[in-house]
Amino acid sequence: MEIVKIDALQKELNAFAGKEVFIHLETTNGSYAAHYDTNFFNAGAFIRNVKLVYEHAKVIEDTPNRVGLKLPHGWVYAQGITHYEVDVEGRLLMAGLDHSGKLAVALQISETPFSY
Amino acid sequence: MEKERQLLIVYPHPDDESFSVAGVAAMQADMGVPVTYACLTLGEMGRNLGNPPFATRESLPHIRKKELIAACEAIGIQDLRMMGLRDKTVEFEDDEKMIAMMRQLIDELNPSLVVTFLPNYCVHPDHEATARAVKEAVRRTPKPQRPTLYGVGFANNTVEEMGEPDVIIDISAYREHKYNALKAHASQTGWMLQELENREDSHGETTEDAWFSTEKFYTITFDDE
Repeated sequence: MEIVKIDALQKELNAFAGKEVFIHLETTNGSYAAHYDTNFFNAGAFIRNVKLVYEHAKVIEDTPNRVGLKLPHGWVYAQGITHYEVDVEGRLLMAGLDHSGKLAVALQISETPFSY
Repeated sequence: MEKERQLLIVYPHPDDESFSVAGVAAMQADMGVPVTYACLTLGEMGRNLGNPPFATRESLPHIRKKELIAACEAIGIQDLRMMGLRDKTVEFEDDEKMIAMMRQLIDELNPSLVVTFLPNYCVHPDHEATARAVKEAVRRTPKPQRPTLYGVGFANNTVEEMGEPDVIIDISAYREHKYNALKAHASQTGWMLQELENREDSHGETTEDAWFSTEKFYTITFDDE
């Protein structure tokens, strides 16, 4: 993955618009967060291989970036995106990595289902 | 530690085995004991991807699978079973399906010792779900065949509530096996081993003691014993 380049990422997002795609969306603090800091309120969410069509997508220039997908009846968005790549299978993988390289958020788009 | 007939290790993540039981597993393998490790997931949801990243969410399991195989080689585990569940979803699997998976392993292998985590004291939801299923599967094993069950507990309140572990095994002769196993899980342990090496420079003894001289377990017992 490389650091987000707004124009390049926007182009990749545009390419999936109007198509039936599979989504992976994840936010996480890690399962040990409350073990190391007992005052930590650990929350996160995970969906994988939910199928949807988005009308358009937008990446917002900020540090870190935000990416939103507008659906016919709703929204998907991720905050904290820092890196992305289109992998060998043509899937758009976006991730937010914190300063120590730990994943905090992921938004991934694919025309074929992700593995289990 | 006496020679077992067959050792069965059950953990959810590649590297759980290296932290918890690498020394004991290496020792038993060295004595000629068949050692099976059932690893339930490939740690697909691991957070450490590096910055700059060395992996993506989708490539991480491939990396961790290779690391797992290398770690098992370093320890001397001959029989590695990858059970195909997904990281962080173990607790949401059907309970009876989980117990049946463990029952099947016990029936097939007839282990004299099973090692997993200590239920209620193992922090990660996957650890807890694994330990619960293993404990229940062992409980359902009829008594003459029922293996001894060891659990590793490391929650902050473990010693306070459970006392000190009742089984403490000297693994100092297998320090290198354990170190190499942890090192094989580079995507997970790279930063930690580096820290460890740095720490060893100044006050090696404490680190040595904690990581490489003993492995500690709680014997899990059942009401009918």
